[in-house]
Amino acid sequence: MSIESKEEFRPKIVAFCCNWCSYAGADLAGSSRLAYPADVKIIRVPCSCRVNPMFILRAFEKGADGVILCGCHPGDCHYSTGNYYARRRMTLLFSMLDYIGVENGRTRVEWVSAAEGVKFSTTMNEFVEKIHSLGKNVRLGDLRCRK
Amino acid sequence: MQEIINRAKELLANKTVARVLGWKAGDLPYNPEPAYFETEESLKDFVYNGFCGANLSKYMIEASKMEGKTMVCLKPCDTYSFNQLIKEHRVDREKAYIVGVGCKGKLDIEKIRKQGIKGIQSIKGAELTDDAEVLNMETLYGEKICDWKDAMLERCHVCKGKEHQIYDELIGESKDTKDADRFDEVKRIEAMSPEEKFAFFQKELSKCIRCNACRNVCPACSCRKCVFDSNKFDSSQKANADSFEEKMFHIIRAFHVAGRCTDCGECSRVCPQGIPLHLFNRKFIKDIDELYGEYQAGADTTSLAPLTSYTFEDAEPGIVGERG
Amino acid sequence: MQRVGVFVCHCGSNIAATVDVKKVAEMALMEPGVVHAEDYQYMCSEAGQAKIAEAIKEKQLTGIVVCSCSPRMHETTFRKAAERAGLNPYMVEIANIREHCSWIHKDMEEATKKAVILMRAAVAKVNLNTPLQPGESRVTKRALIIGGGIAGIQTALDIADAGYEVDIVEKTPSIGGRMSQLDKTFPTLDCSACILTPKMVEAAAHEKIKIYTYSEVEKVSGFVGDFTVDIRKKARSVDMDKCTGCGVCQEKCPSKKAPSEFNRGLNTRSAIYTPFAQAIPNVPVIDRENCIKFKTGKCGVCAKVCQAGAIDYEQKDEIITEKYGAIVVATGFDVIKLDNYDEYAYSQSKDVITSLELERIMNAAGPTKGHLERLSDGKAPKEMVFIQCVGSRCADDRGKSYCSKICCMYTAKHAMLIRDKYPDVNVTVFYIDVRTPGKNFDEFYRRAVEQYGVHYIKGQVGKVIPQPNGKLLVQGSDLLDNRQILKEADMVVLAAAIEPNPDVRKIATMLTASIDTNNFLTEAHAKLRPVESPTAGIFLSGVCQGPKDIPETVAQAGAAAVKAIGLLAKDKLMTNPCTAKPDELLCNGCSTCANVCPYGAITYEEKEVNDHGIRETRRLAMVNSALCQGCGACTVACPSGAMDLQGFSNRQIIAEVDAICR
Repeated sequence: MSIESKEEFRPKIVAFCCNWCSYAGADLAGSSRLAYPADVKIIRVPCSCRVNPMFILRAFEKGADGVILCGCHPGDCHYSTGNYYARRRMTLLFSMLDYIGVENGRTRVEWVSAAEGVKFSTTMNEFVEKIHSLGKNVRLGDLRCRK
Repeated sequence: MQEIINRAKELLANKTVARVLGWKAGDLPYNPEPAYFETEESLKDFVYNGFCGANLSKYMIEASKMEGKTMVCLKPCDTYSFNQLIKEHRVDREKAYIVGVGCKGKLDIEKIRKQGIKGIQSIKGAELTDDAEVLNMETLYGEKICDWKDAMLERCHVCKGKEHQIYDELIGESKDTKDADRFDEVKRIEAMSPEEKFAFFQKELSKCIRCNACRNVCPACSCRKCVFDSNKFDSSQKANADSFEEKMFHIIRAFHVAGRCTDCGECSRVCPQGIPLHLFNRKFIKDIDELYGEYQAGADTTSLAPLTSYTFEDAEPGIVGERG
Repeated sequence: MQRVGVFVCHCGSNIAATVDVKKVAEMALMEPGVVHAEDYQYMCSEAGQAKIAEAIKEKQLTGIVVCSCSPRMHETTFRKAAERAGLNPYMVEIANIREHCSWIHKDMEEATKKAVILMRAAVAKVNLNTPLQPGESRVTKRALIIGGGIAGIQTALDIADAGYEVDIVEKTPSIGGRMSQLDKTFPTLDCSACILTPKMVEAAAHEKIKIYTYSEVEKVSGFVGDFTVDIRKKARSVDMDKCTGCGVCQEKCPSKKAPSEFNRGLNTRSAIYTPFAQAIPNVPVIDRENCIKFKTGKCGVCAKVCQAGAIDYEQKDEIITEKYGAIVVATGFDVIKLDNYDEYAYSQSKDVITSLELERIMNAAGPTKGHLERLSDGKAPKEMVFIQCVGSRCADDRGKSYCSKICCMYTAKHAMLIRDKYPDVNVTVFYIDVRTPGKNFDEFYRRAVEQYGVHYIKGQVGKVIPQPNGKLLVQGSDLLDNRQILKEADMVVLAAAIEPNPDVRKIATMLTASIDTNNFLTEAHAKLRPVESPTAGIFLSGVCQGPKDIPETVAQAGAAAVKAIGLLAKDKLMTNPCTAKPDELLCNGCSTCANVCPYGAITYEEKEVNDHGIRETRRLAMVNSALCQGCGACTVACPSGAMDLQGFSNRQIIAEVDAICR
């Protein structure tokens, strides 16, 4: 990939944020004016445990270059246990994606509390940078069954 | 085999069971198929031999709704699936009379064909009464022989053991045929570069014709209506060329059965395209074992599954990148 | 098809300076279902809301999208506005183009592009919204207070005075808490017992207050307004109705070797005991681990001497199940363990003590009857050294990162009291900073220095070394004079950090109340809702929420009471309609969903269904929408997709994903 085309590449990044911690953390990043690239678009979910692996695969299939899931820190889940389930589900899903050759840097889980506006912003900056270094996601779009 | 038939006749005669769930001969010597037998008379078609790989557990979902009990023949590894179905309230234990049938490994016709043996007309040595370690085949091209071991299904090389996990009675001897580590192949793939991994799976999955045989045979895929057949996720747009499920079907299917898959190997056995589908399930099993402690789905009917439990100290998803 | 209206807010210049709001509105009109779009300076203002109402009526909108600030800010505002205009409030979606867009991006073109995408996602979602009806749940007009210290007592009294029933559950045999262990209180130096005891008596005598001492909360289920709590009343081995509190049993008890919890282990108590003389209730408990009767089967002295026949060796733990509308956590604190601070020789020398131990030594009812003496040899000390911030404001993980807040003041108090009563004792205080924000606090500290001649040294102590002659060699530094100090002391007092009572973690888990890394309970909002937990119906009183002194604790206890009263005064609560809902025809009855439900909201029923002509009885999941809190764990656990979450359905989220990735 040439430097020129690298500059043109604007990744599509979906961030699932739980309503109670991470979405509020993103709000705090906003009210603190902590910038991160506009490539990140947030979807609000009640809890990290609401995120079905199918949503993540769907995003990739529809052209997302990276998907990140943010939830309350383990132990702090508003629903007390949701993020523990999310943690297992995502660990297994990410491992599977890695196993079939999809770069594991394209998926990430980060626990961000409502007070961690800085962490939210830093995480998003890092993640976007990572996706930039990986380039466009072509693999998941090309892993198909025939009919 | 005769012993099973005799016992089936008794159980039908004394009305312990209303039917027998077993196998009957197919149109070829190597494709017996699952069948119900409701009369002593019909049992003349009953067969049980090395090609009876089919796991009959899943049929008990339907049989549980029928009048009276069903005598079901389960091999040791099938009983894990049955337990799992009990756990998920999909079968009724009271409706099943489980005859644990002996197993010394099941045969894979594809393995025989791979050895260049074609036009098979009859096979000797596949009967379980026979101690022979060798299959003698009459083919259009003359007599051929093949070692039982070399003709065994992949899953039998990683046999879970000769013990039935649940049964009402046992008929016949079983043998532990394990001679390989079930995670060897998974480890081999894990060691590949991302490009190699991708190339491997792309090649395999490109063979898929979405016949759904893997899903239909899978005892863990026991949903009344599969998520791929409902509109709940907008995932059933059959007409759409690049629709969601076409790309993600096997990943999602494996995820749906993660922690519930007993590794019975039926998906790979029935795949007409020969895709090693068990490699998806085994990857999850390996991860679960390594990250959350060894877990064998169907070893019992009460334990919490890995994805419906947790510990405070579980690994973070970042471990996937860290362990490389 | 919905008829969607899109309303783009300028938020003054907060949004409009970075996002081309007209463009967003213009683009909205191209989205499926959108029949109306407009922008306005302040959508949340009365005029803005009127515009929304007008459009809803005029264009017969079935759903609206407001592109504005975070839904956490004004979702409720816009839902109410929609409702007033006759639209179901759950037909409203917010596109957060302020916090998540205009405030973090500088480039107008880029921010506008993103705002358009966020608008599209919200439109895609609202197209799939369905009207939802909140349910109603009743409020049980009784409050539970967990913890019977000054915080719990004050909250209980305030709630009870408002006319509601209150139960206090206290783990130890008596209410009173930490405050009952204190000798004098700053900054007025009045005796702690003198001001606490009347409150304890008042609580015990209050007709609306029931006190369960020697009891613990075992299980909590339910939700705001309707909690069901199991309380374990531990076997006291003494009949509370018969006991007259004469105290003979304690006197005659032959087992007197158990360390006294109340005196911080500085002396011992009998196996049958009340923790202190003013204990409420004044009914002893038998500590079965130390009781000879329980250990060997022989003894039974207490039963023999009890005139009232109150001793009951057969008594068993009792579980009391009670319903509450509100729960107040007032579990208080303890001082940290000093295992990580070997350099201060706390475990090696009896003359190195914590400040709380000093409280007991100074107290007339304490182990030394109030005489200041060394615990090693009973001699009166001449040199005393106080070390501040032991485990507080700690940069590494040995101690706590926070300031324990009360130590500066109580150390000034201790220093002053010692200098007052024993003018020949030299008192030196090593400190990092002296923090005295509070009414009359700095004056108090200055009195200690100026009037009582307490010697304050800015600097930390590196080591305390017990000497063969029984003295303690204190090695420290004076940062102001920039010199090392070696000082021989007779006693060293450590201002050990305070930490939330370790039991609070268990309690927080039962209540699903969130807790921070230091085990302090989290407030719903650090500034605006400081006495409420984010979990509805749970309120915070006292140090369980953060370090506080007594006046602050009492003030917060009152505030928690007011919040609880506000809840108890309601007859009914509206429940969140965004709950899980199973599709009968897809449900396998496999129980996977129930296994992950944190609220026990899912049960199974055998139910007759008609599945496209097939009639059969199936095992089906049922969701109790009053219990369901809408986390969605079940929806992902469900393999067939039968379980879905209203307001955040699979199709809605997928529509958002598709809109973003389009």
